[in-house]
Amino acid sequence: MKKARLREPRPLSFWLLAMVFVLFVLFMYGPMLVIFVLSFQGPEGGLTFPMRGLSLHWFRQLAEGLGVVDIGAALRRSLGLGLAVMACTVVLSVLAGLAFRKRLAGGNTLFFVVVASLIMPSIIVSLGIGLEFRLVDTAIKAVLGWLGLQETLEGFGTSLGLFTSALGAHLTWTLPFGLLIMFAVFNRFNPAYEEAARDLGATPWQGFAHVVLPLVAPSVVGIGMFGFTLSWDEIARTSQAIGDVNTLPLELQGLTSTVTTPSIYALGTLTTVVSFVVMGLTLALVWLLGRGRRARADR
Amino acid sequence: MSPPSTSHTAAVAAAPGRGIAAWWQAAPFTAVFVLFFLVPLGLILMVSFWDFNEYELLPGFTFKNYLSVFEGCGNTADLCTTLRTYLSTLKFSLLVWGITLVLGFAVAYFLAFHVRSPGMQTLLFVLCTIPFWTSNVIRMISWVPLLGRNGLVNQTLIDLHLIQTPIEWLLFSDFSVVLAFVHLYTMFMIVPIFNSMMRIDRSLLEAASDSGASGWQTLWNVIVPLSRTGIIIGSIFVITIVMGDFVTIGVMGGQQIASVGKIIQVQTSYLQFPLAAANAVILLAVVLMIIYGLTRLVDIRKEL
Repeated sequence: MKKARLREPRPLSFWLLAMVFVLFVLFMYGPMLVIFVLSFQGPEGGLTFPMRGLSLHWFRQLAEGLGVVDIGAALRRSLGLGLAVMACTVVLSVLAGLAFRKRLAGGNTLFFVVVASLIMPSIIVSLGIGLEFRLVDTAIKAVLGWLGLQETLEGFGTSLGLFTSALGAHLTWTLPFGLLIMFAVFNRFNPAYEEAARDLGATPWQGFAHVVLPLVAPSVVGIGMFGFTLSWDEIARTSQAIGDVNTLPLELQGLTSTVTTPSIYALGTLTTVVSFVVMGLTLALVWLLGRGRRARADR
Repeated sequence: MSPPSTSHTAAVAAAPGRGIAAWWQAAPFTAVFVLFFLVPLGLILMVSFWDFNEYELLPGFTFKNYLSVFEGCGNTADLCTTLRTYLSTLKFSLLVWGITLVLGFAVAYFLAFHVRSPGMQTLLFVLCTIPFWTSNVIRMISWVPLLGRNGLVNQTLIDLHLIQTPIEWLLFSDFSVVLAFVHLYTMFMIVPIFNSMMRIDRSLLEAASDSGASGWQTLWNVIVPLSRTGIIIGSIFVITIVMGDFVTIGVMGGQQIASVGKIIQVQTSYLQFPLAAANAVILLAVVLMIIYGLTRLVDIRKEL
């Protein structure tokens, strides 16, 4: 039966759609490959083809800094924030995923809020968080003034920051993805293992740590990857909620209108490499976890 | 999609006292959405009725901000800035939605129904998702060497003697904005539509062709209705993103094209928070109406 189908000639629609697909892939990759190539231009190179020489000149330029922008500091900030977002996304999503498996009063409302956050135009969320922290600032200043703590009051800048408002803003974007992945995982999860653990006298914690967690570990790693990469590229939700310092994508957005050398392409190549390293590490980890599980199963 | 409510869940939930434990587990998660989503939205609504001066927000209740957003809109002869901006943003939304829908559907259809081996299917699907992991700004500026005045496209056309002078409208124009949107967000259409298509029972297609349906009839009467959920989810994603966008329109429009999101961003940079809040409330209302209309539209067709 299957063999007969394979020998069937492909219909015309197959060839047309295959062509659409190939063109689509070229459309997706073409421009990106162009800037990766252009970032390795010689010192004489410009923003467009033809290539003038081949060197790491623009990467060195990048390391020395672009104008007033400290790329290294922005990179470290983005990495720090990405890691914090990753950790929070993993822990909070797993906890919420577990909670949704039980009878959770108000669970539907919570789910609705999460979906609303996912489809809310980011500029609105960002504006709201920015406003919230500005109002908090006003309140803190009022309290400090009322307590007569003049020195503290003068030293106080703003509560807007990387690990306050920006972290919260990123979580409203990453947590919905985390929760949806947890739903997908637990919809396919067989609770018989858990029941078996319980019957053998495992405490709820032991059941979670030794049975549930190892089974869902690859997906949890995936949630971590989503958390990091979504945060690493995020602009719209951070824009009004970041305060005085900027993350890498925000700096990059600013640089698009001021920097006219291929060093901006070098920066693009660099951030892409980070994304792919994170993706590679994740896939390796998932593979290792899967292999460990298979090895145990074979024993 | 909805929360998992299988019999598994009921079995786990049976033990008494678990409802409370569940709430402790969900509490940190819930707190994030209360603190960083619900409260901010409430504050936007509240502040949109406040007054302001150059230095600070002045609590109160005034319609001034809304009036100033719609200033001059009573005039029928000439459209006011706000309406023009909304129309332009809507135009981008519709264009991008139409293109990503057709393109995303075609790609998803190819992957789901024409690629026969599951391994190949996964491989091609992953191939489509990889660019999604690159920074959006990088993907935008990667069009510059291609579309610029001295870019690859213009150079090629001149070398082929098809044009004498470079085409100016390729970059920093409506065209480049739409192109960048399609480049960035077609993935948001492909994933949900592909997901819906993979759930379609293949025997339904055989039944359709056995009953004498042509390819188009099968597509229109079987596959499209059964991919409905994916189409709606993808559409909602693309439309809400484009309606609220200010980054893509800013970078690809050469900071020359107005959009609702951009207005909000500019107003906050001048610390005109109540005005920005009023604009955000209106934007939210428009987006919600579109989403509502979209779900209505598709549901009605399902009943026909």
